[in-house]
Amino acid sequence: MPEPILQIENVSKIYGARRTLFGRTAEVQALNNVSISVQKGESFGLVGESGSGKTTLTRSILHLETPTAGRILFEGQDLALLSSAELRRLRARVQIVFQDPYASLNPRMSVRDIVTEPMLVHNDILNLSRVQRTDRAAELLSLVGLGPQHLSRFPHEFSGGQRQRICIARALASGPELLLLDEPTSALDVSVQAQVLNLLCDLQDRLGLTYFFISHDLAVVRYLCDRVALIYRGELVEEGETDEIFDAPKSDYAKMLIGAMPEVKVRGNAA
Amino acid sequence: MTHPLLDIRNLHLTMTSFDGAAHVLNGIDLTVNRGEIWGLVGESGCGKSLTGLSISRLVSTPPARYIDGEILFEGRDILSLPAKEVQSLRGKRIGMIFQDPTTNLNPSYRIGEQLVDVALAAARHDASILDCPPNASRRERRRAARRLAGDMLDRVGIPNAEARLDNYPHEFSGGMRQRVLIAMALIGRPDLLIADEPTTALDVSVQAQILKLLKGTVADHFIGVILITHNLGVVAETCSHVAVMYAGNIVESGPVAEVIERPAHPYTKALMASIPTKHSKRGSLNGLGGSVPNLISAPPGCRFAPRCPHAVEACTQTLPKPVQVGGTHHAACIRLTETEDLVDA
Repeated sequence: MPEPILQIENVSKIYGARRTLFGRTAEVQALNNVSISVQKGESFGLVGESGSGKTTLTRSILHLETPTAGRILFEGQDLALLSSAELRRLRARVQIVFQDPYASLNPRMSVRDIVTEPMLVHNDILNLSRVQRTDRAAELLSLVGLGPQHLSRFPHEFSGGQRQRICIARALASGPELLLLDEPTSALDVSVQAQVLNLLCDLQDRLGLTYFFISHDLAVVRYLCDRVALIYRGELVEEGETDEIFDAPKSDYAKMLIGAMPEVKVRGNAA
Repeated sequence: MTHPLLDIRNLHLTMTSFDGAAHVLNGIDLTVNRGEIWGLVGESGCGKSLTGLSISRLVSTPPARYIDGEILFEGRDILSLPAKEVQSLRGKRIGMIFQDPTTNLNPSYRIGEQLVDVALAAARHDASILDCPPNASRRERRRAARRLAGDMLDRVGIPNAEARLDNYPHEFSGGMRQRVLIAMALIGRPDLLIADEPTTALDVSVQAQILKLLKGTVADHFIGVILITHNLGVVAETCSHVAVMYAGNIVESGPVAEVIERPAHPYTKALMASIPTKHSKRGSLNGLGGSVPNLISAPPGCRFAPRCPHAVEACTQTLPKPVQVGGTHHAACIRLTETEDLVDA
């Protein structure tokens, strides 16, 4: 039995009522008693529609958001009990790839600066010299299918798929074990999406990464993930092996979602 | 002889930029009849949105220039009509739905006012829309328009539609705003509806509702629809016909069932192979290598040739003409017979 790398235990998050210019806003229960356990080395998919609490949960895992109730454990350590220095060290091991590769790269930074920045931030752990950092950046770029010749270029010189590769290289720079992937392919064309998905599979096999994959694209989740959890209005609706959920969904919500999924049904196998 | 609803013939469009002219649409031929839902699919930058915008002449010239071709809407060439007449087509005979529902509604007007405006404008073209006597006063016409707006919102599935007319756009969710836009596009009873990625920003459950609504509208009013999307799944479930675009050309077109079950063009095949399906094994997706060609210095022959696994010398010489594959199913590739064998082998 592999040990869990990430345990989310009975997490709830309530955004409190705020007083605004137009009166008081209502309380929002973003997460309600969510428990998920992610095993080392697996791909775990989190599926939900907009407003379901996916992002709140992701932000809680990164400890950018403090849950109102419940605990989040990374390798058995409660995030809430860590000192800020410990938390910073832990962040080297948990990294994230964002949805929009056009918005998540600083246009004024060269690819070298972008990819080496996490190494600089976590240099107390990594202990790399300037030259070593550049070497590692070049290594990471070739790992994601780019090359050292791209180091001195800027984000605008790259296509969407290439940008997402740069984001993945950056996320890998601090040597993480857990990668949060927040809809990494939804801004990409299908042919490019296929390249990025293949890259993710390949990286996982090579580096033994654990993926926490957030998406509303069910086809992509089915392709990439070993286990899936469905979240609806802040509550966990269904969780299980990918094949089980897609072949025999139990809850009404899962049935509806899987039924609504547009699919190309091909009888023969195309090319 | 009756004209087809929309007939695009050999449409060429160039865009001038600092680096030279980019040949963005390179001879588009497309015929849409009433009752048909055409899916226009392709990757970003292949010209599908520009084709849609050209139909309602919303591409600004310059920087764009139509160097050849015509867009016949019921036999009249939209490109050579006076601006005023084109304006009288927009929103009335030709409806448009754009991708981003957040930026296409005016945030400072109530939903109802925005819908009523469109209804009143459309009624100037076809008074029967409002369903009130020709000598009705302005107030009566406004009241009728508001009734119609409420009806439309109700039809696109917004609960409590009558009361919602007094809401502002920010009080609606993304899916609801998209439905408002659809209601707005349908309120003038267009004969042709151009929907540019209407569901890309939405959740699958909302997407399913909207596509169903679109299909229902075609069945009820016998209109023609062009659905621009990059999601082949959406096309497979919604459209009657599909045209696959690549770098400014339609490389394959025909009835959906045929194109999807027997894709003939190598690009369509590659596109199909890159969609994860139930049976695709982990790490086995066939992504398409390379990237879309630079349209400023586009290769002279088939624009897909540099990425095509079956390309030969002749492919880079001349632009392939569409070849009949079966019925109305066409593909623009000179190696169709050869690639067919390759697949069978």
